[in-house]
Amino acid sequence: MDFSFTEEQTMLRDTVASYLADHYDFDKRRAAIKSAAGWRPEVWKAFAEELGILGASFPEEMGGLGGGAIDNMVVMEELGRALVVEPYLPTVVIGGGFLNHARPPGAEELIGKIIAGEAIFAFAYAEPQGRYNLANLVTAARKDGAGHVINGHKAVVVGAPWASHLIVTARTGGGQRDREGVSVFLVDRSAPGVVTRDYPTVDGRRASEVFFENVRVGPEALLGPEGAALPLIEQVVDEAIAATCAEACGVLRKLHENTLEYTKQRKQFGAPIASFQALQHRMVDMFIHVEQAISMTYMAHIKLAEPADERAKALSAAKVQIGRACRFVGQNAIQLHGGMGMTDEMAVGHYFKRATIIEGEFGSVDHHLKRYETLSLDTAT
Amino acid sequence: MDLDFSPQDAAFRAEARAFIAENYPQALRDKQRDEEALSKEDYLSWHKILARKGWSAPSWPTQWGGPGWTPTQKYIWSEEQARADTIAILPFGVNMLAPVIYTFGSEEQKARFLPGIRDGVDWWCQGYSEPGSGSDLASLKTKAERFTGDDGKEYYLVNGQKTWTTLAQFADWGFFLVRTDPNAKPQAGISFLLIDMKSPGVTVRPIITLEGGHEVNDVFLDNVKVPVENRIYHENQGWTCAKALLLHERSGIAGVARSKRGLEKLRQVSRTQLADDAGPLLADPAFKRKVAELEIDLTALEYTELRTLAGESAGKGPGPESSILKIKGTEIQQRLTELALEAAGHYGAPYLRGLPHNIGAIGPDEAHGVAGTYFNTRKTSIFGGSNEIQRNIIAKAVLGL
Repeated sequence: MDFSFTEEQTMLRDTVASYLADHYDFDKRRAAIKSAAGWRPEVWKAFAEELGILGASFPEEMGGLGGGAIDNMVVMEELGRALVVEPYLPTVVIGGGFLNHARPPGAEELIGKIIAGEAIFAFAYAEPQGRYNLANLVTAARKDGAGHVINGHKAVVVGAPWASHLIVTARTGGGQRDREGVSVFLVDRSAPGVVTRDYPTVDGRRASEVFFENVRVGPEALLGPEGAALPLIEQVVDEAIAATCAEACGVLRKLHENTLEYTKQRKQFGAPIASFQALQHRMVDMFIHVEQAISMTYMAHIKLAEPADERAKALSAAKVQIGRACRFVGQNAIQLHGGMGMTDEMAVGHYFKRATIIEGEFGSVDHHLKRYETLSLDTAT
Repeated sequence: MDLDFSPQDAAFRAEARAFIAENYPQALRDKQRDEEALSKEDYLSWHKILARKGWSAPSWPTQWGGPGWTPTQKYIWSEEQARADTIAILPFGVNMLAPVIYTFGSEEQKARFLPGIRDGVDWWCQGYSEPGSGSDLASLKTKAERFTGDDGKEYYLVNGQKTWTTLAQFADWGFFLVRTDPNAKPQAGISFLLIDMKSPGVTVRPIITLEGGHEVNDVFLDNVKVPVENRIYHENQGWTCAKALLLHERSGIAGVARSKRGLEKLRQVSRTQLADDAGPLLADPAFKRKVAELEIDLTALEYTELRTLAGESAGKGPGPESSILKIKGTEIQQRLTELALEAAGHYGAPYLRGLPHNIGAIGPDEAHGVAGTYFNTRKTSIFGGSNEIQRNIIAKAVLGL
């Protein structure tokens, strides 16, 4: 039974935390997300070069430092603490995840570009009609010679305005909601026919509606087995969920810490409001949510290596727990900050907004409860 | 025990519905549909139309222009307004200040101020909270020192800062709680003062809320001269007025009719929004269960409010039980915004404020702004006396704890 971190993982955490403390305070973040681009490429460059963290989770044979999901967990929590918007999750966890699992020709080179900070990814999987069902796909990839032609509309593709590469799920066969017939493609964002409609998100990021108008891709673009890629997608999405849970831990900790700090110094009726029992109990309940979220994040990462059904069940359980924590801790952080919690000026509102979006990312609480029930309770035993 | 609507009530409902349909400004409807920010003129346009009909102040005594409606008629009127998605008449003048004036004010003050409030001519803001006085309102520090002017008249010199002042950027006048005796017990040194917002020394500074909107402000008062005739009631007895006003504020927040309309919209949206599998979100058992529970919660609130209204028509004013309406009303409003955000799925994330109109569709119309509304609605459990304070009030004033 071992929940400790290795020396390398501890160093990784400290390196990231230290950099963010110096370069990513709340005011710097606020200015960056207001800028035209909405992010800071120099931060990404620092991740790649000065800190050298982008390769931490990739195996050595792919040019990485030989770590794995735990390294992503450590990094993501620090990114959550600082509300970092730069696209570590879509690039390293998702883009890198697809490349590392599917190992298409050129994978090593492209992972090398990720590690060097030269390739940025966005994951185009959700569709307007699909809600959280990964297999609900209208976007189609029609076979054309050795390659495919892609047509469709992907919804709320986070980080697409910053990406050089898109990972696109599309149907090469089967009916709209069939598990069979699903494929995944690597598409250059600058490919002819890729049209984006960019916008900010409520939690400080940028996203796009991405339209594919007869986008031609060659055979090398296919990731994983043609028409049978749903298990690969589900695996990478589960890894993304685990990483998002880790990010949430950073956000939740800050929401709770900020609330403790505020209530200790805010005086009403002649006393710090932190001395009122009703609020103390609330902050304890928040604390319990935070701790359980951390526990389930660890559980999620431990279970990533399990067979698919076991893994999916564990990740759904974690996402439910984290989703509930995000709502309770987020809402109560605002409440306990009183009117100040409602301002744009204070950091707590921004943590709350991020927590709110995390709640729905890669599946809402209801979606994951249902997946959990299906995997855990609908079987014969 | 009777909840039947009489034929007269049915006729009134028909009249109310027709009046709104025929008179609600299309320009206003267009702006609401396009989610455009409303100007001062927009807000007042509906108020003025209602004032001409004599319907802008449903709860006022007929002597001052109230229509003399029964509680049932008032209830029907709320329903019809909500049903038609009209903008709400701002509560500050009509619902909060006016009862203080016609209860505690002099005849001269009633004649001077009530018509402007009723007719939508004067926009009023509420100068209560301060940076150091939120829940502990009585600790307020904005001071008003009495002096005789060069003209021989009596004035107060007001200095201090109010915060969370809703829509002060549009206000012509404000009602302010100020400290006129710094040596008395806090509640015994407060006066209720009406201040012309165009007075020299009044500065309004926007506060941007977390969803990006500008609806509240800081109001700085720097040597503002206010005639003593602008004080309502006795000097140092303003807390009596303040408490009466807070009761009205609190019971006005329940918002049953608007929440019913919100639920109806949620059902419509979740009939078109698709669930993970084939079929509408409303058919998904988990979502359906949550909507059912919310409807039941709202029904309970509605009947509690009807009991309160019935009590009021028997002569009782709003009492400490109005804290129940405030707590449950705001929790239900918040829950509605949670479910609307859930229903939007991925399209809850886009932030569309300020984007060019011709950018093209980004998600369905009903998803637009749902996250912003969810974030903004967190204020309802904080303002008007936080829900924690409301529980203290019930504990003390109702349960005797």
